[in-house]
Amino acid sequence: MLTILKNRLEQGYRTCNYPKEKPAVFPRYRGRPLIRKTADPDMAKACADACPQDAIDAGKKKIDMGLCVFCGTCERISKGEFVTFTNDFEISTAKKEHLLTDGDLPSLAQHAKQHFKKLFGRSLQLRQVSAAGCNACEADLNVLATPFFDLARFGINFVASPRHADAIVVTGPVSRNMKTALLQTYEAVPEPRAVIAVGSCTLTGGPFSHSAEVAKGLDTILPVDLFIPGCPPHPLTNLHGLLTFFK
Amino acid sequence: MTQFLEITNGGKVRRDTIPHLDFAVFCDHALSIIKNGGKVVHFFAYEDNDKDRVKFLAVLRTDVLLAAGCDAPESYPALTRTCEVFHLFEREIAEQFGIRPEGHPWLKMVRYHENQRQVPDVFGNDYTEDIPGNYDYYRVAGDEIHEVAVGPVHAGVIEPGHFRFNCIGERVLHLEIQLGYQHRGVENLFYTAKAKQLPLLAENIAGDTTIGHGLCMAQAVEALASVQVDEGAKIIRTIALELERLANHIGDLGALCMDVAFLAPANYFGRIRGDFLNLSLLLCGNRFGKGLVRPGGVRFTLDDDIRKTLDERIKELKPQVEHVLELIFSASTVRARFEGCGRVSAKDAQHLGLVGPAGRASGIAYDARRCFPTEYYPHLSIAENAKPTGDVLDRAMVRRDEVLQSISIIQSLIDKPVYTRPVEEGTRTLQSLAPFCFAVTVNEGWRGEVSHAVLTDDFGNILRYKVKDPSFHNWNGLAMALRDTGISDFPLNNKSFNLSYCGFDL
Repeated sequence: MLTILKNRLEQGYRTCNYPKEKPAVFPRYRGRPLIRKTADPDMAKACADACPQDAIDAGKKKIDMGLCVFCGTCERISKGEFVTFTNDFEISTAKKEHLLTDGDLPSLAQHAKQHFKKLFGRSLQLRQVSAAGCNACEADLNVLATPFFDLARFGINFVASPRHADAIVVTGPVSRNMKTALLQTYEAVPEPRAVIAVGSCTLTGGPFSHSAEVAKGLDTILPVDLFIPGCPPHPLTNLHGLLTFFK
Repeated sequence: MTQFLEITNGGKVRRDTIPHLDFAVFCDHALSIIKNGGKVVHFFAYEDNDKDRVKFLAVLRTDVLLAAGCDAPESYPALTRTCEVFHLFEREIAEQFGIRPEGHPWLKMVRYHENQRQVPDVFGNDYTEDIPGNYDYYRVAGDEIHEVAVGPVHAGVIEPGHFRFNCIGERVLHLEIQLGYQHRGVENLFYTAKAKQLPLLAENIAGDTTIGHGLCMAQAVEALASVQVDEGAKIIRTIALELERLANHIGDLGALCMDVAFLAPANYFGRIRGDFLNLSLLLCGNRFGKGLVRPGGVRFTLDDDIRKTLDERIKELKPQVEHVLELIFSASTVRARFEGCGRVSAKDAQHLGLVGPAGRASGIAYDARRCFPTEYYPHLSIAENAKPTGDVLDRAMVRRDEVLQSISIIQSLIDKPVYTRPVEEGTRTLQSLAPFCFAVTVNEGWRGEVSHAVLTDDFGNILRYKVKDPSFHNWNGLAMALRDTGISDFPLNNKSFNLSYCGFDL
């Protein structure tokens, strides 16, 4: 009994105050990319060539956050002259084309499906489907249930059955072998329902996009409402996406 | 005297120095090594430059690594009939290359995909039907037998796989695990990938083992390109691998508490796990260590301010971890559920070839950090950590010991300043791999032995890239643990193994 109380005291209160206050993340975290439009075209080309995900459009001087794994190669090559990754983790979008960005993201709160806020703003039940995810996206969704993030305080929960869910949260590049199970889970969610795509693999196929075994983005299979980029997205990115889109 | 060649972990050998044996001699020697206590690190097939020729290559381990190859026949008497440790490797070869191991006791598909030689499918599957579970599961017959089917989509936020239980009442007589849902064709991607893409492929084989797989790939490329890594990078890599172990072991111990409804430590460790993930972020900007390890070294230095923060955080977390561990292991409710649950005997563990914490819990002391040390591990002493019973409690205790050990390893390494020259982006030096060579790399990831094997062709292109996650050895351990166990103890046992689906499915 004493051990239990001692531990309880030591642990204290750990829940963050997001969204009222933004918790600090360590400086090396790479969030929203920012592109300097005035950068030398040769520099842009060098970054595009070195990008392991071929996520940079050197001509348009934009970066595709759907393909990007936020490794920071372009930032290092250009020494920040072309791309810098800011500490801003609020990077989700409501449209796939918004993922191709120079860093100026449209307001997520003002998306076209405002009726979702009325339907799900006070209670949102999510069914997670891992479709060939590497367990990083899954882990950083799972972590939302821990005391620091405490997703349940917002009326948002992960549920066991798609029958109890309002939305599915999909991770992974959707392997051929998971496609049917994913579609069956989606069909089992009662309408109106939302689809949330989490992570580079789900958005575009990510590092596996060259494989014939996976889809080139969840939106080629299902209508996606919310795109959360990252490899994996930081838990705060997930939290921001869910709160801003649905509440 | 064996005709297998002794090779080193992370060493480069010319392919013509690997003994190419007559098939019967190859089998005799491989089986005799295993019968004398050896284990299989790799056993795979590959197509040589001349496409009509398929060859086998085996890497076995005793207290050294041994390699030999042979020409692959179209079918052959299964080695599994004599030594069980070959059974998944033979199934994998059958699936990937359409070569039938005759008399294999349980020849079924591994990941549900076509073979790459376009020869008739060994399993008679129709791959236009896209569900791996389209398969006649093993059935126990009897009046009171019932089956429970779970998955591929599970009730939690976890990866997909199918579990089929044959039960009498609550008691599980047999559990069959069918995976393959996560198959992304990882190995095949290595053949067409550009050098800049290799690290991403390796890091995403299993995201929770980013450092483990990242290291195996980097060391293999370094061996084949004859690149030396400086000592600073080795220290940072070692710290990263231990941080990965800490985050996962602590998460597992918390999850085990959740499954016995001891919610306080479950939540404490849920939060503390996140703190350790954040230390990987501190180091390299990613909570899973993605982007840190690259062929040639690491991309991020351990600057004094980072080192100071890391040191402070570890000092702050260490007593908390110790206290929560004390809370867990002194609770009678925990011990009542953990003790004697899901026991895998030492004999079964040996036959299955279990590795990592699951193996150590069943008395197999093997730890690649001690037996085949890489990076900074030759300078560290890794204590043996084998437990006698092989139950959930021992699998938890192994993790407890390793958590404390990892913390002290990291603390011993952050004491002194570390200098490394970070790997520069876009450099082309690493793209030229030595032609006609072979390298195998072994590291102790948090789940056990992670290993990559790479063969190059006459032009230095990757001819065969073989990935093995420790889960490949251990999934059958979970199936064995469930024998004669109450089905309600499945979640607890599953967590006590916590195996990778995507690492297995590739």
